[in-house]
Amino acid sequence: MDKYRILPHTADGKFQAYGRTLEEAFGNAALATASLMWDWSKVEPRAHHFVHLKGIDREQLLVKFLGETIYLFETQRFLLAKVDGLRIRPEFEGFSLEALLGGDTISDRYELYGEVKAVTYNDLKIEECDGFTVQVVVDM
Amino acid sequence: MDLRKIGDNVWEIPKQGDMRVPAVIYSSARLLEDIRRDMTLTQARNVACLPGIERMSYVMPDAHQGYGFPIGGVAAFDLDSGIISPGGVGYDINCGVRLLKTDYTETDVAGKRKELLAEIFKEVPAGVGKGGVTKLSRGVLKEILVKGAEWAVENGYGRKEDLERTEEYGRMKDAAADAISDRAMERGLPQLGTLGSGNHFLEIQKVHEIYDEDAARAFGIRAAGQVLVMIHCGSRGFGHQVATDYIELMENAFGVKGLPDRELVHAPFKSPQGQQYYRSMCAAVNYAFANRQMIAHWVRDVFARVLGTSKGMDQVYDVCHNVAKVETHEAGGRSRRLVVHRKGATRSFGPGRSEIPECYRSVGQPVIIPGSMGTASFILAGTKEAEDLSFSSTAHGAGRVMSRHEAVRRFRGERIRDDLARKGIELRATNWKGVAEEAAEAYKDVDEVVRVSHEVGLGRLVAKVVPIGVMKG
Repeated sequence: MDKYRILPHTADGKFQAYGRTLEEAFGNAALATASLMWDWSKVEPRAHHFVHLKGIDREQLLVKFLGETIYLFETQRFLLAKVDGLRIRPEFEGFSLEALLGGDTISDRYELYGEVKAVTYNDLKIEECDGFTVQVVVDM
Repeated sequence: MDLRKIGDNVWEIPKQGDMRVPAVIYSSARLLEDIRRDMTLTQARNVACLPGIERMSYVMPDAHQGYGFPIGGVAAFDLDSGIISPGGVGYDINCGVRLLKTDYTETDVAGKRKELLAEIFKEVPAGVGKGGVTKLSRGVLKEILVKGAEWAVENGYGRKEDLERTEEYGRMKDAAADAISDRAMERGLPQLGTLGSGNHFLEIQKVHEIYDEDAARAFGIRAAGQVLVMIHCGSRGFGHQVATDYIELMENAFGVKGLPDRELVHAPFKSPQGQQYYRSMCAAVNYAFANRQMIAHWVRDVFARVLGTSKGMDQVYDVCHNVAKVETHEAGGRSRRLVVHRKGATRSFGPGRSEIPECYRSVGQPVIIPGSMGTASFILAGTKEAEDLSFSSTAHGAGRVMSRHEAVRRFRGERIRDDLARKGIELRATNWKGVAEEAAEAYKDVDEVVRVSHEVGLGRLVAKVVPIGVMKG
């Protein structure tokens, strides 16, 4: 199974990410987001960031989780390479997510070719059918 | 969808269902073909359903689908019963354009063109992940958020006269830094004084043709061949984070049920959440004004170094393309204060408006409409008719028609560079994939966009300019 697929979109970046579980689909969505900016498969996971977030629903949780990739890139110069230990739990109101993001700091070794400005709700879908598919449009 | 032609280049979606007002689209039949292909019209109709909307939901000729509001969407809301929506402004708050004139002609710079561009490329930080050279403290950033371009001028970036030739005199007075998140501050700190990437660019241009001598003279544009500089960028990660933060805050406060599109989330303008967003958005507008002010300063420095002087490099104007502003307009038969959202649209105040500086008050404000990378751009003048037509608004650019993915598949950045070189246009870029994404073929025909704008009366054509040097972030 592919981790994700980049879809055509007139102005911005759109993708679908897949997983046997919701967690796996979320993790692959983070890699898809990274793939619009750098080749995550070439990044060595030498540094780690732990993330913990809450969302009022799964959609907001996904938008906030993918937003971490952009935030860490811009403020810590962190290039995501992999997502470990991603867990989603239902909470009293909404959901929480924790994950360990592995990656490296920007250097000449890595080529940067795109900039994702923000994660949007436009055409956002989270679907369960023979595993999970999430669809996201990001502003570029 | 029920779309009726109601005039030359004017179409209407009549009020139906939950629409509180009709939607009006300014477009030629040819541009409408592109507009109809995506979600633009549905989005214009959704905007027409929002509480407190006045007159119409307007769509500019360069429109394409956005998130919530279409790009090229204009809507105004009553201050008491109406709303403010981050989706009506966009993620890149005050993405905009600044135009500088010079006293140089194409012939004057002919031998120095390469050097000028190379030096600007060195001086102005650009590209993905590229931080600024200015190290800021949080205290200074807060000052910038409140003072905008004024801060930049006080700190040696540019001239005092630049301020009056900037929308809002380079400073939205309602800005406040108290409701800005730590994340926005963190993203804003390293990026001030950077061009960014994507569709952002800096061009050395020459005047190609003048259509309106009087207005051109008022703008400092004298003759074909005159060299100009255009800077297109916005509020960088700071503005993106402000938008992201307030979409979440409004979702949490007001819920998302009943919204046809979650990006249409909004708050009553006078609610605490509405006011917090408005004041934070104003802060992001100021960040972008300061950003362009600094870049303009560095460009003048390069011209002075390479050509001997930057005298005569006056600012023509600086316009916002993504913004919400409180303005006075006619609605419901009287003059009222409304919050006007322009998302991918340019303010187009005509002669007599007190908001524009005296030097332009007899001809209307300069409206700067950049084309796609390496193609023509246009300078228009605001019109009186635009007040009634579109709350004084017009188009903001060419508008994409092809996905970045498709553009990268079809075009090669290096090839575009060579093609431009054959046309006498120098190109410097931080990466070739980004160049391929911005290929001219991926955009609508900007000539058609400004023709419609002129014929309908949204903005009056003043001059056409073409690039001689392009720097792409």
